[in-house]
Amino acid sequence: MIKVSNLKKSFGDLEVLKDINVVINQKEVVVVIGPSGSGKSTFLRCLNKLEETTSGTILLDNINLTDKKININKVRQDIGMIFQQFNLFPHKTVLENIIIAPMKIRKKSRQEAERMAYNLLEKLGLVEKAETYPDSLSGGQKQRIAIARALAMEPKVMLFDEPTSALDPEMVGEVLNVMKELAKEGMTMVVVTHEMGFAREVGDRVIFMDEGYIIEEASPTQLFSKPQHERTKAFLSKIL
Amino acid sequence: MNFIESIVSIIQKHGTAFLEATTITISITAVSLVIATVIGLVFAFFKVSNIWILVKLADLYIFIVRGLPLIVLIMFLYYGISSVIVLSDFIAGAVALGIHSGAYLAEIFRGAIQSVDRGQNEAARSLGMTAPLTMSTIILPQAFKRAIPALGNQFIIGLKDSSLVAYIAVTELFSHALTASAENYMPFETYLVVGFYYLALVLIFTLLLNYVENRLDTGGVAKNLKSKL
Repeated sequence: MIKVSNLKKSFGDLEVLKDINVVINQKEVVVVIGPSGSGKSTFLRCLNKLEETTSGTILLDNINLTDKKININKVRQDIGMIFQQFNLFPHKTVLENIIIAPMKIRKKSRQEAERMAYNLLEKLGLVEKAETYPDSLSGGQKQRIAIARALAMEPKVMLFDEPTSALDPEMVGEVLNVMKELAKEGMTMVVVTHEMGFAREVGDRVIFMDEGYIIEEASPTQLFSKPQHERTKAFLSKIL
Repeated sequence: MNFIESIVSIIQKHGTAFLEATTITISITAVSLVIATVIGLVFAFFKVSNIWILVKLADLYIFIVRGLPLIVLIMFLYYGISSVIVLSDFIAGAVALGIHSGAYLAEIFRGAIQSVDRGQNEAARSLGMTAPLTMSTIILPQAFKRAIPALGNQFIIGLKDSSLVAYIAVTELFSHALTASAENYMPFETYLVVGFYYLALVLIFTLLLNYVENRLDTGGVAKNLKSKL
């Protein structure tokens, strides 16, 4: 579904991604781990062109995202993105946050968009928050709404950029549970996270990145119990 | 005639004329602020566009307008431009005031747009929104809200600056004060009365502004709780 070949990304003189090659299959949950500064967030942000790539190709269902001629707005409609800082629109109610993109971009009627939004809110147990503004929500609620907002576009793939890193510990679970549900329903997901429990339980594959390279990729069982590379071992010994 | 009597006589004699002149002050201010808002937005977009030529153009405009005394700008437009195209006093005045305020509004809008968290843009773009749609539905509404105190300030300055168009024969409030004081030889009392007209205008405007600011406030748990009760 996603095929990344020889991806490189530099910020000025600093080369953050040095040579990334990876394939992400449909319905697969790929968890990306690694020390901070390893390039994992940059890698994720390249997948929907929030970061301009320096060289290499990214194919999404055979559309080359690095081709300047493609309509990136169209491509992004099919890629949901979840941010560490939620980035809900503070001037819009929870409901408006969810329906704005389906209405303005997918050209759905308000009625249709709202019906879908309420279905999503129902699933998340947040129906009573529909008319409130994001400021009144807890971090965990904000992140779940952000997930609903992305899902309302019916994306083919969801990208999560450290979705629980800004949350108080007691709220991490509620967000991870939503993500687990999503994985169960067969959503293709790429998740950058420090939640090793989640990686182990939900991930089909774990990618370990360091200094702009993919050092190792394997099933969670394999990677956590029998890491092959010294750097993977060193990293895991620090966090587990 | 004592002080109070003078004031009363001025109000009796000129009160209605002052009130009529006030409507001209209000309308020339309103027209100029509409012009200023359009100019301000355009140049603010130029400044945040990252396109070299547009940024420099905006810088040049702001440099010239901020560097010139308003009265010079008004005179220049009135006498300079109207030798080429005929402008009515009112239009020339409104345009000059608009061009002047526009430079300040451009900086206010630019600051407000840049103060909106980058994550807002990224969230909107990652949903597939185009750059113009993101600007109009996500960034600008938040920027406007933040700009309100500074905008209000600039609008009040614009209202007061409108008095300068008296010098190109627009018969607004201050020009009436000039005429009245020349007739009645009571400049102190006349300008005192006119001063209160301006204060009243600014007060009404300030209240209006506070109302708008409150209406746009979505902030905080307390406010959300209150709306539920």
